[in-house]
Amino acid sequence: MATEILMPALSPTMEEGTLAKWLVKEGDTVSSGDIIAEIETDKATMEFEAVDEGVVGKILVEEGAEGVKVNTPIAVIGEEGEDMSLAAAQEQPASVAVPAALEGFEGKVAAAPADSPARSEPDRSPDYPEGTETVSTTVREALRDAMAEEMRADETVFVMGEEVAEYQGAYKITQGLLDEFGARRVVDTPITEHGFAGIGVGASWGGLKPIVEFMTFNFAMQAIDHIINSAAKTLYMSGGQMGSPIVFRGPNGAAARVGAQHSQDYAAWYASVPGLKVVQPFSAADAKGLLKNAIRDPNPVVFLENEILYGRAFDVPKLDDFIIPFGKARIWREGSDVTIVSWGIGMNYALEAADELAKEGIEAEVVDLRTLRPLDMATVIASVQKTNRCVTVEEAWPVASMSDHIGAEIMREAFDYLDAPVIACTGKDVPMPYAANLEKLALTSTKEVMDAVKAVTYR
Amino acid sequence: MAAKRTTKKTTASKDELLQYYKDMLLIRRFEEKAGQLYGMGLIGGFCHLYIGQEAVVVGLESTTKDGDKRVTTYRDHGHMLACGMDPNGVMAELTGRIGGYSKGKGGSMHMFSKEAHFYGGHGIVGANVPLGAGLAFSDKYKGNDNVTFTYFGDGAANQGQVYETYNMAMIWELPVIFVIENNGYAMGTSVKRATKSPSLWERGAAYGISGEEVDGMDVLAVREAGLRAVTHCRSGKGPYILEVMTYRYRGHSMSDPAKYRTRDEVQKMREERDAIEQVRKRLLTAKATEDELKTIDKDIKDIVNAAAEFSKESPEPDVSELWTDIILEAS
Repeated sequence: MATEILMPALSPTMEEGTLAKWLVKEGDTVSSGDIIAEIETDKATMEFEAVDEGVVGKILVEEGAEGVKVNTPIAVIGEEGEDMSLAAAQEQPASVAVPAALEGFEGKVAAAPADSPARSEPDRSPDYPEGTETVSTTVREALRDAMAEEMRADETVFVMGEEVAEYQGAYKITQGLLDEFGARRVVDTPITEHGFAGIGVGASWGGLKPIVEFMTFNFAMQAIDHIINSAAKTLYMSGGQMGSPIVFRGPNGAAARVGAQHSQDYAAWYASVPGLKVVQPFSAADAKGLLKNAIRDPNPVVFLENEILYGRAFDVPKLDDFIIPFGKARIWREGSDVTIVSWGIGMNYALEAADELAKEGIEAEVVDLRTLRPLDMATVIASVQKTNRCVTVEEAWPVASMSDHIGAEIMREAFDYLDAPVIACTGKDVPMPYAANLEKLALTSTKEVMDAVKAVTYR
Repeated sequence: MAAKRTTKKTTASKDELLQYYKDMLLIRRFEEKAGQLYGMGLIGGFCHLYIGQEAVVVGLESTTKDGDKRVTTYRDHGHMLACGMDPNGVMAELTGRIGGYSKGKGGSMHMFSKEAHFYGGHGIVGANVPLGAGLAFSDKYKGNDNVTFTYFGDGAANQGQVYETYNMAMIWELPVIFVIENNGYAMGTSVKRATKSPSLWERGAAYGISGEEVDGMDVLAVREAGLRAVTHCRSGKGPYILEVMTYRYRGHSMSDPAKYRTRDEVQKMREERDAIEQVRKRLLTAKATEDELKTIDKDIKDIVNAAAEFSKESPEPDVSELWTDIILEAS
């Protein structure tokens, strides 16, 4: 049976090429793997091998021919003595059906992340029933309690990281866990973030629920390939077969006087990645309820803590199983003059500024986003529709920041409600300096937030 | 540390040889077909063929049992076929169709089968090595005696995370077999130009990991070494390294101009060392008939042609698939 040999595509971008040289002539016998021609692609000159066995019948494209389109018949191959004209070959066409590129694709607007909650009514239900007894607890204790409770409830949950076991945690977040759960479930690692992050992801595919602690998220830059390429993308790349139920947690952002390499806030980096969930809590109650939820979540969760907040105490409800869902912002303070949107340690400035502004007769509504992906824009938009003004507050760098994203979303969804541009109070566009006075200047401040509020309220 | 080289000639029954012959031939014919479909524009992007290396994965898969896991690089088609995945599903993933293992969303380099314990298909050189150790960590944690085969190339063997993983795998005595498929070239860079180390498996000694070099063109030698590795891992002694000396006949990917080695070098390997040809000769000695082998050849060709047909006829994924499988709903 005569078959056509077609001009091959020899690179991902090749559409046509030059048939530089024939290495066989009509009448030659070839077998699979024999090099029959040299073809110049857009990248290089390539050797072209025969796939089938047979006799070269007719050469249809002479050597030296330029601009030969991919899939043009260049020769006919068949058995000895067979009619190998092009017509004979075309009776058994090679039936090349190149798929039509995204035919009929309607072009869904992709600006909003795929996993954002629908912009319906904001969820204003309380985090726990009114009248629940609360206990003053530090963020540090709340995080430890969340892990301990989940480890008691689920044998597959384990924690790994540098100094999490015998040292009791570099920041004492895992204090006491080794005693209660033993070395099998509280695993000290060598200082090899790249490697143990990958081992954690592999363990999550093997049916476990790892909590990978980074001593700080600055060191997770060594491991970010596994957080993104291995954990976040695998569900999609496997057509939904394999999720990665893993939590990456640790302190993130500026601490105090630790300089440029130990002070970066990665919120916007991770929040940009489809397939991840990203949490940045402020209070101890949120740290506990959100971390418990993160451990149970079937997706990879990046849980961004802050060293400065670890020792701070908040009221935490005394409940057997206290969970806070992702994608639900908290309104800390209601107000009608301006919306201040913040999360994580930025809430310090936001709340302090709101108190000071109240003394001057400006009532700010303070929204704590708590999770950055999914992002509760419904609550933000509803608030901005009420106050007509918005200031965002964070310690991260200003370029391509969460503030930029939130500002853009407000513009898109509440443009007609705005009485002033949204102002972002962020860290400065510099590496973190060590000197105490410069470090202070490099972060945002309560005064900056107050000034921004006065600017948008034209006071 | 057990340092040894496999030189002993091993034997296998006719039935075993027939099985290896079929398994290796399936990979070769499948890959030839994939190359053809790439040339026709039906497969896009990057496509890395396994032709020449078939004995590695076929020899090692013959040592596995239920629940054993495997994870590999982007040169992954052979591994999938060898662990029993459906050629139709693999080929349809190459053509980006809904019938593919990842519904067409993963492509040649990113394919998975939870059912077959095949954990990818990874496009980042070296990244699958800690992932494999993590799979082994999960088995150790659960207390079973399953092992994980973690395949990577001589190029990945110079990646830092490989050595981070060696270190942790040995500290925690993880049941992971590190299989270095040394085909002589990391893309276009020969092993000799990439390292001064005389061998790659011996680097495990720095971490106390046992290993050996294996003739990767001889499926029986690979099987024997695999059995030693598996026995070592199942008995709780921790990781094991196999440096399997193999050769890829085709380019690194479809767009490889192959200027870094001579045509004679490739031709010599094909003629003198070919893994399939070696088994074919053994089979004829073991009283298999030419007819018997011809029947196998035809059966394999039929399977591959059917896979190619399936991969052309399976539709492209529905446009709604763009937005699925990003996040799992909490149960």
